[in-house]
Amino acid sequence: MKKSPFHFLTYILVIGAYAALQVLQARGELSATMRGMLVPICAYVVMAVSLNLTVGVLGELSLGHAGFMSVGAFLGTSTAIALQDAVPVPGVRLTIALIVAALFAALAGFLIGIPVLRLNGDYLAIVTLAFGEIIKAVFNNLYLGVDSRGVHISLLEDVTNTAKDGRLIIQGPMGIGGIQKISTFTAGFILIMISLIVIFNLVGSRAGRAIMAIRDNHIAAQSVGVNIIKYKMMAFVTSAALAGAAGALFAMNYSTVVANKFDFNTSILILVFVVLGGLGNMLGSIIAAAVLTILPEALRPIAEYRMLLYAVLLILMMLTANHPFVKGFFNRFRQTGQFQLQGDDEEKEAAA
Amino acid sequence: MRRFFGYAPIFYFCVRGEFRVNFIIQFISSLTSGGGGYQLLNHIINGISLGSVYAIIALGYTMVYGIAKMLNFAHGDVIMVGAYVCFYAFGALKLPGALAVFAPLIAICAAVAVCTLLGVTIEKLAYKPLRAAPSLAVLITAIGISYFLQNAALLLWSSSPKVFPSFFVFKSVNEAGEAVTLRSVQIGSVSVSFVTIVTIISCVVIMLWLTWFTGRTKMGKAMRACSEDKAAAQLMGIDVNATISLTFAIGSGLAAIAGALLCSAYPNLVPTTGSMPGIKAFTAAVFGGIGSIPGAFLGGLLLGVLEIFAKAYISVQLSDAVVFAVLIVVLLVKPTGLLGRTVREKV
Amino acid sequence: MKKKLLCALLALSMLFVLAACGGAPAENTDASETETSTPAEPSTPDDTAAPDEQAELSGETETNPEPADTPNEPTPAAPVEGAFKLGGTGPLTGGAAIYGNAAKNGAQIAVDEINASDSAVKFDLRYEDDAHDAEKAVNAYNALKDWGMQISLGSVTSKPAEATSAESFADNIFSLTPSASSPATIAGKDNVFQMCFSDPNQGTASAEYIGTQNLGSKIAVIWKSDDVYSKGIRDTFLEEADAQGLEVVSDQTFSDGNATDFSVQLNDAKTKEADLVFLPMYYEPASLILAQASAMGYAPKWFGVDGMDGILTMQGFDASLAEGVMLLTPFNADSSDEATAKFVAEYEKRFGEKPNQFAADGYDCVYAYCQALTAANATPDMDAATINGLMKEQFTTMTFHGLTGTESGLTWDETGAVSKSPKGMVITNGAYVGMD
Repeated sequence: MKKSPFHFLTYILVIGAYAALQVLQARGELSATMRGMLVPICAYVVMAVSLNLTVGVLGELSLGHAGFMSVGAFLGTSTAIALQDAVPVPGVRLTIALIVAALFAALAGFLIGIPVLRLNGDYLAIVTLAFGEIIKAVFNNLYLGVDSRGVHISLLEDVTNTAKDGRLIIQGPMGIGGIQKISTFTAGFILIMISLIVIFNLVGSRAGRAIMAIRDNHIAAQSVGVNIIKYKMMAFVTSAALAGAAGALFAMNYSTVVANKFDFNTSILILVFVVLGGLGNMLGSIIAAAVLTILPEALRPIAEYRMLLYAVLLILMMLTANHPFVKGFFNRFRQTGQFQLQGDDEEKEAAA
Repeated sequence: MRRFFGYAPIFYFCVRGEFRVNFIIQFISSLTSGGGGYQLLNHIINGISLGSVYAIIALGYTMVYGIAKMLNFAHGDVIMVGAYVCFYAFGALKLPGALAVFAPLIAICAAVAVCTLLGVTIEKLAYKPLRAAPSLAVLITAIGISYFLQNAALLLWSSSPKVFPSFFVFKSVNEAGEAVTLRSVQIGSVSVSFVTIVTIISCVVIMLWLTWFTGRTKMGKAMRACSEDKAAAQLMGIDVNATISLTFAIGSGLAAIAGALLCSAYPNLVPTTGSMPGIKAFTAAVFGGIGSIPGAFLGGLLLGVLEIFAKAYISVQLSDAVVFAVLIVVLLVKPTGLLGRTVREKV
Repeated sequence: MKKKLLCALLALSMLFVLAACGGAPAENTDASETETSTPAEPSTPDDTAAPDEQAELSGETETNPEPADTPNEPTPAAPVEGAFKLGGTGPLTGGAAIYGNAAKNGAQIAVDEINASDSAVKFDLRYEDDAHDAEKAVNAYNALKDWGMQISLGSVTSKPAEATSAESFADNIFSLTPSASSPATIAGKDNVFQMCFSDPNQGTASAEYIGTQNLGSKIAVIWKSDDVYSKGIRDTFLEEADAQGLEVVSDQTFSDGNATDFSVQLNDAKTKEADLVFLPMYYEPASLILAQASAMGYAPKWFGVDGMDGILTMQGFDASLAEGVMLLTPFNADSSDEATAKFVAEYEKRFGEKPNQFAADGYDCVYAYCQALTAANATPDMDAATINGLMKEQFTTMTFHGLTGTESGLTWDETGAVSKSPKGMVITNGAYVGMD
């Protein structure tokens, strides 16, 4: 991990991009498509950098990151709806919702982290996948209503008996409907900046070095007294909290949200951003998230071949990015010993 | 207490009446009562028939993972391609009279041939250049292939569902002299469909063959050597690339058979047919210990039975959650799955 | 290394060759099938020869004025002069693709017919893919806005429609959705209208029908829990069933993730001796339920809703499984009605399969627009907001006669809901027969 100049560059580029887009928007030069995608891009960027913390910095493959997004989306949006009358200023309401979303997602991350972080490698990956699916199933069957008597929750069937003066916010498989669109591009930008500050500070701190030591060799790290579970948990929970905030930001950009949106495919999509952007490389994740979110929209003119070409481009990007020629001289002298260096070692190469 | 609930804004949970907190009691009582016993047996049979489909897909997953050490997420979509090829081949075949019995077999063989070719092509074009790349890069490429196959199928065969022909039925005449189609056989009080019987038999045969192949033949031994240590295998004169290609060929061929059996049991064929069974079968493979051939078989069957039980005794909506929860518990107790080998880590 | 580069290049060229000839022949493959009733040869992604041959084959036999190989083109090659820009979003890819493509194809036929006629109103139709997802639907909607869409066909499926209808309400773009039937689609938006009837109506109508005709005493319901459509119908069905004094003995669900195995649900219905099973769902899962019930020797009466329409058009479906299935549907592809027969023939010719209710709804939407725009004397140079005002006025006052609905025609109320009564049909010998 390169030190501050690289971090500085990331901040500058993000601020620059925000300023440029704001200017373009003010001058009316952005298309409706582009304007519509600003907030989701911000949400995906935050998702990508937060997953990069788990996959790139901590070195554990997570296939259920969309689950945390789901927790944040549902609970954050519910908070915003419940506070609709109490807090009339959208900006304040959004802030509260994002914080609540982050807290709940962090809690979910902590609870899931207890069993998950005891495992390693592909088995850890499959367990995160399992948790992602469980979260999806739970939100698909959760009913949450708010009225003057308080908050009512029921599972499987709507037996919340929400009073007439209240509102059934989460309606099981129907998700949440009638959401006020209070997410803004500026809020998204601020969230990205906060995520970057949190992650860069964590990575640069003593804790961050411990986390990377675990990634590089957890047995060696343990032998020198690094508390593996503690530091793994620290990275995992931070990552979950940021994902939760991103989920709330995302959900409040649309009038409706359903649990099926945050499925395995979404987790994979985020993982694609991270792998393509480079493990541990936050700027890469940001660019990859933005480019890959815009790409399917940019391919609309070719109509029915759109997703086919998207798949082909994805494969080609992976092939090129990992082509020895592209990887350059750095990897070339290792060619002869490629089998020993395969797998985990190589991943760390990419991250470093 | 109720009054207290009425007062202040507080959180409380109300879970559907009979749910299911007491489902264990219900379960035990259903075991003891006569009608329940019949139900239980029926659920087990249904679970096994679902599980056998998972098992046959899981065998392909575990084969590729065991040797090439990669999660081939495109496996489910190769299954879908196999099913489509089988569907069209069967439709195009017009065999006269008695030979018509062999039409399904020929269709499946065509599917196996096409899928083997497809698997090897995918491996050559997409995975082989990444042999030295991090395993995550291969994972993402596999997902790219999965998207590609789904969208290519959408363009080639359109989105409207095809109904897969029933291969395993017998035409017969009942007492009244009417022609009837037999789809299942009655054993005692439960009926078992022919598809299930065929699937289980094929599963066992494939499992035994794979075990024999990897354990006894030269090629199989080469595969195991590659799985242990690629560099050492190469030093011993094993062509690692060819061996991995062979693994993909076998895995994809199995996918074609799995596709035909999956669609015989659940005859709707759309471009996304393979994705959900693919994920479930992957779970099954991990459940049984990924890389282990008998493990995939066991994991598949258990997952099927578990899913049906969860649906019947807990909740259909939460059945997936229950299945995954059990998976998590199993992995926590036995981190390498039921029959997986424990690998000791060294610094 | 050069070898690898060559490999990658080869891969690329293979993929593009496939992309270039893969899509167009798809429809033609089907078309040639129905004409000669022999299924096409198996073709695989790396087997490009077969589709090519077929493309040539059907290209020769094609007599359609439309270019044979571009039936799916969203916009005509030469944009029609002075046409209204009509846009819609729907799932053209992914698991729900069948519905989006049907609505799009139906609408395309109507647009081509109108443009070829002497009608003063012409259309330029564009459909964008939303993959049955609210986020992508909004993206698709924005892309249509960038294109200059003046009137909208909303979204095909309910959840995306909820998202896009909120957008089109905010943008003052009039929207008439062919098939998004949930009440939330139109709730609180005065410029969003539906062509299909809303879900609650169907549940009530079904229960009433079963009750008054005495079709069954013990009812089982199997429904899809994560589908607004299915849940909406089931909820009102249970309510009305209660009022009708029907006994619902089994109420079972399934969802996207486990829509293949229905043994548990069917077992439950069977052991509770249900003599009628109500299936408020689309025909794809319904076909599996029928097949599995038959395999386990369970033969109750089946009762479906409009989503069931299309079950007989599934390629390879054993029609004997659906024998005696009753359903309420606003559209019947086997109808002897002249307009329907013409539409079905055209659809089969161009897309190689029988149209379902989504296609008919899409077709009707375009004709309803044509009627309303003509009556309002709207011209294509008006902006979307002006047309929006005119359409709101027209749709609440006009009566429309289309393929769907009864002879008395369709009317809309202020909320945007259509008054439409479903026809009761029963499947006999593989065809619909009206039941009274």
